[in-house]
Amino acid sequence: MISSPSLKMSGKARLSVRKSSLCLVLFGAAVLLLGAMFFHAAYQRQADAPLIVHIAGVVKTLDLTDLCLFTEARYTRHPSQADLYSAFQDHPASLEHFPTGSIAGPPAALRRLHGKLD
Amino acid sequence: MASWIEKQRSILDYTLSSLMRRKGKNISLFIVYTVVVFILASAMFFTQAMKREASLILKDAPEMVVQRLLMGRYDPIPLDYLQKIRGIRGVISADARLWGYYYDPVVGANYTVMVPRNQSLSPGRIIIGNGIARDRMINRGDIFSFRAHDGQSRSFTIDGELPAASELVSADLILIAEADFRDLFGFPASHATDIAVSVINPKELLTIARKISEQLPDTRPIIRDEMVRTYDSVFDWRGGMVIVLIMMALLAFVIFAWEKASGLSAEERREIGILKAIGWETSDVIAAKTYEGSAVSFFSFTFGILLAYGHVFFSAAFLFAPALKGWSVLYPDFRITPFIDPYQVAVLFFLTVVPYTVATIVPSWRAAIVDPDSVMRS
Amino acid sequence: MIRLSNVRKGFNLGRPNEFIAVGGVDLTLEGNRITVLKGPSGSGKTTLLSLIGCMARPTSGRISLLRSLLGHNGFLKDGDMPEVEVTSLPERFLTEIRRRTFGFIFQQFNLIKGITVLENILLPTYPLGKKHRVVRKRAEELLDMFALGDRTAARVEWLSGGEAQRVAIARALMNDPPIIIADEPTAHLDSKLSGEFMDIIARLKGQGKTIIIASHDPLVFAAPFVDRVIAVRDGMIGGEGA
Ligand SMILES: Nc1ncnc2c1ncn2[C@@H]1O[C@H](COP(=O)(O)OP(=O)(O)O)[C@@H](O)[C@H]1O
Ligand SMILES: [Mg+2]
Repeated sequence: MISSPSLKMSGKARLSVRKSSLCLVLFGAAVLLLGAMFFHAAYQRQADAPLIVHIAGVVKTLDLTDLCLFTEARYTRHPSQADLYSAFQDHPASLEHFPTGSIAGPPAALRRLHGKLD
Repeated sequence: MASWIEKQRSILDYTLSSLMRRKGKNISLFIVYTVVVFILASAMFFTQAMKREASLILKDAPEMVVQRLLMGRYDPIPLDYLQKIRGIRGVISADARLWGYYYDPVVGANYTVMVPRNQSLSPGRIIIGNGIARDRMINRGDIFSFRAHDGQSRSFTIDGELPAASELVSADLILIAEADFRDLFGFPASHATDIAVSVINPKELLTIARKISEQLPDTRPIIRDEMVRTYDSVFDWRGGMVIVLIMMALLAFVIFAWEKASGLSAEERREIGILKAIGWETSDVIAAKTYEGSAVSFFSFTFGILLAYGHVFFSAAFLFAPALKGWSVLYPDFRITPFIDPYQVAVLFFLTVVPYTVATIVPSWRAAIVDPDSVMRS
Repeated sequence: MIRLSNVRKGFNLGRPNEFIAVGGVDLTLEGNRITVLKGPSGSGKTTLLSLIGCMARPTSGRISLLRSLLGHNGFLKDGDMPEVEVTSLPERFLTEIRRRTFGFIFQQFNLIKGITVLENILLPTYPLGKKHRVVRKRAEELLDMFALGDRTAARVEWLSGGEAQRVAIARALMNDPPIIIADEPTAHLDSKLSGEFMDIIARLKGQGKTIIIASHDPLVFAAPFVDRVIAVRDGMIGGEGA
């Protein structure tokens, strides 16, 4: 028979919180956090708006056409300006040796074009 | 009503106690679930935000760019095409764009060298993107040497840096005067890289594009919508890595929901029998299991979403960065603006929480309709 | 009062392994008595108890309960008969009867492992939606009564055999049912604990409960305060003793 004194002590702890109350509190907290996430997103969007306007301004003055995200090759640096026939890959379904190629699929227009060739 | 609430709370009490006793199993379940949601939500947040950001940033890009095609590849465009394009009705302006790539063997990076149309630079001077400044550790006043088309070196003084705020579009740019550009690349004065066109009525853009390709059959007009759409498909959920991530995460999810759905342990069956024998109804047992499934999935979902939000928007998706950077040497340092879509979050919620909860309930349903007298025998 | 008339229970009917566990039992059990069903293993005692306790339905025959035993059951209308035939009631009502009218003490105690003694005892009250404070107070009173006051927060697998037995009894009493059903309650207890169990049973009878026990343990059926011993053999009622 197990009856260590510490167990007996805990046995007398009669004023404990119900697990369901704890769970409901956590639930409320989770919902609040989700709300806070959307709130933060809205706030941050507002705060970033001038920055985006600024970047759009740079795009306008420099006549840019692309984001400087993938600088590894010309068709990833300027995907929207890439050659019609060599852009991204020779075939939309082929695997790429540039990791970017696995993220950046060919532009929709190219896919449509290749659709006819498939 | 009060008694119904009390009943549900009591059943929830039982559910939670019963979850707590398989702590190890349920915590690992929670972790796997959270990771799955985290991956899915990160991919979702990231692609969605990049798409929105790209479309906002590119909204003032040239309305149309006309390239010349030669043997199916793009080729410098003769400047006399400018007049022909300007002659088309509805075209306000057509301007030559001069830009190209320069490979810098020092850091192994590829730069975009371009001549700004609205800004005149003095000869021998350049303005560099702050990505280049960072990588090469050069600043205003320093000398930058190019190896020109003829193998000779050309030196330029750095006149300034493009602001870090616009890094997302300008990190790798080198702005240079037209004469220097042509001299550097040996580019004939009769040609340009391509032509930027603007029109009076944006609705006529397609018509004008068609006219251009009719009158200049060796050209290819690219309209702004296509540029934006390029980024839509780059960051499409079907795009390369994203689909791999999604498939893997969903597969993991299906496997472990299946594990749930495929049955209860003998111990769990016995417990359900005991509950029924002491007066629980089938619906009470199912309620308990529903709370179990929804508690696990709701909390994992919330946790996973919040982690994903932090990951994408506070750490600039650092886990995705290696894949995004690829072989790039020069990578912009930018924070992503949180364009999140409640609709997408809701879809993710219904894709994960609902199937998991159902997978938890279904097997217990079968167990919950057994005759209570089964517990009388061992 | 519980009345069984021509109750039969067969298993796997129509299949080669068909088995009649209870074959035509007529029996009337009086209230506030201790009745022991005595018989060898496999004679059908457990099956009979599960029929009486509304855990299973008979293949044929009728089981009726005195209306007053059913308490304030929602499904009973005022104009009902003094006796209620339970065999034909829908499952939901049988559950409600199991909950309010019967307290079960199972052979293997059937406590739920991994949760505390207190939670185990509270389980039968959950479907009733009573106030947590109220049922908790009752649980603590019962635990004190059975000298389990200091084991409230212990998990049931830490309990000794005697403690587990007392927890099982306390759980059976939680909803204050008029009838207690115990199946081989002393099978896992030594003589001393079996004696203690029977003392508790005697006390419960003193509180007005009706008690039905299935056992082939002489410590049970030979106890002085047992009112009636019914011999069961091959699913049939045999001779009686007291
Ligand atoms: N679910 C069942 N299916 C088939 N046979 C059963 C079932 N339940 C009990 N039996 C059979 O009915 C007979 C009586 O069982 P039981 O009532 O448990 O007897 P006791 O409790 O007296 O030992 C046994 O032979 C047993 O094998
Ligand atoms: Mg038996």
